[in-house]
Amino acid sequence: MPNAHDMLFRTLADPTRRAIFERLCREGEQTVGALTARAKISQPAVSKHLRMLKQAKLVRDRHEGRQTHYSAQLGALAPLLDWTGRMTGFWQSRFDDLEDLLKRMDQ
Amino acid sequence: MTGTRAVVVEREMPFPPEKIWRALTQPHLIAEWLMKNDFAPAVDHRFKLTGDWGSVDCRVVTVEPNRMLSYTWNAMGLESVVTWTLTPTGAGTHLRMEQEGFRKDQAQAFHGAMFGWQKFFTSLEQVLGRTE
Repeated sequence: MPNAHDMLFRTLADPTRRAIFERLCREGEQTVGALTARAKISQPAVSKHLRMLKQAKLVRDRHEGRQTHYSAQLGALAPLLDWTGRMTGFWQSRFDDLEDLLKRMDQ
Repeated sequence: MTGTRAVVVEREMPFPPEKIWRALTQPHLIAEWLMKNDFAPAVDHRFKLTGDWGSVDCRVVTVEPNRMLSYTWNAMGLESVVTWTLTPTGAGTHLRMEQEGFRKDQAQAFHGAMFGWQKFFTSLEQVLGRTE
């Protein structure tokens, strides 16, 4: 599915859009208002980024009253992550923890 | 999308091999940087690494104190061997980890990817927590 890949890459290539996506990954579901309050751009601009993230299936929206809540869909990233890259990240993170432990250990 | 591949992570550690060896082979120390476990540095010893997301079945393959350690690593249908190599350097130790010999499977890769991202964000949070 080269088109799906292209769309994922294109969508995440924009730093502002990526920042919105990363915030949703870290902090969970949020409203457009909450996202705007901490972004340096206007609410319409945030909404536009969210629409593009939704098109790429990177976020899902849920309507509640007048509010729309957005949440990250990490599964959409699966095509980009092969086993090798993923395990490399895992071990690098373990190496970090190992190094921290070694600093704390007695000789 | 099948075949054998390897993941290699290497790092210069400013610590002697003996100290790193302890961190790689003592269960209470392994628990601090990897996962809870019932490891013992004996060839053919079977042990489990247990995380929040599930467990990894392992068997010790090689034990050369302060030099080399390897064990099988079977999780979510992925069969691999993890090999640690410790090489003394002037300033400490060159530590190398190689994981090799797995078969790729899309469904497992998907679950693993979710785990990988959770770990990534956990680490990110820890980093952010430290800098605040």
